Amino acid sequence: MIDVLYFAWVRERIGLSKEQVESSAATVADLVEELKAREERYAAAFADLAAVRVALDQELAEFDAPLAGVREVAFFPPMTGG
Amino acid sequence: MRVRVQAEPFDFGAECGAFASGRADAGAVVSFAGIVRDDGGLARMELEHYPGMTERALQRIASEATRRWPLRDCLVIHRFGTMLPGETIMMVATAAPHRADAFAAAEFLMDYLKSRAPFWKKEFGADGAAWVAAKDADEKALGRWSED
Repeated sequence: MIDVLYFAWVRERIGLSKEQVESSAATVADLVEELKAREERYAAAFADLAAVRVALDQELAEFDAPLAGVREVAFFPPMTGG
Repeated sequence: MRVRVQAEPFDFGAECGAFASGRADAGAVVSFAGIVRDDGGLARMELEHYPGMTERALQRIASEATRRWPLRDCLVIHRFGTMLPGETIMMVATAAPHRADAFAAAEFLMDYLKSRAPFWKKEFGADGAAWVAAKDADEKALGRWSED
């Protein structure tokens, strides 16, 4: 099981801030495809991946990164701090 | 080197005063504060963050600044939650023997925390609410710190 977290408008579109996902996805991109296939709200959130960032165990990562050993995946828009 | 992530307001002047006091080792202290700006009709801002990752990201950015410049100290405070126009969102302060390093390190901290620390701003006004979009210019600003 992987903890999947959503922030900002990704969270709003999916309607959840956190869930546990049973997945055999090898990479982040594979996990995204699994989620998109579930329901329209996931497809809407991940429609434009250029607008989505990902962190694996709280470190920024790329969509082709492997998920082996990862416990926490987070999806969110580009950051706007400061 | 200190990093604080908090919902509560903080006193920018008091933080700067405490940071700068008794520093015989540093001839230069630079500080910056980010304020909630009302471009017209902003009622409030809500800042969401990623607890855990936020602190790690800010620590990493502060450590990197300390590696690149001969800083005697640096301080980063960033708030989350609801803020009104005019409230202080965040601050950085740097202390170094000479001002060029203190200025450069403060700019570096700002450039990195704007697009590498997991914060997201949502603005609420008379016309409803909207997430603040990241600016291409903020991403490009990181390019000038490339060590390659």
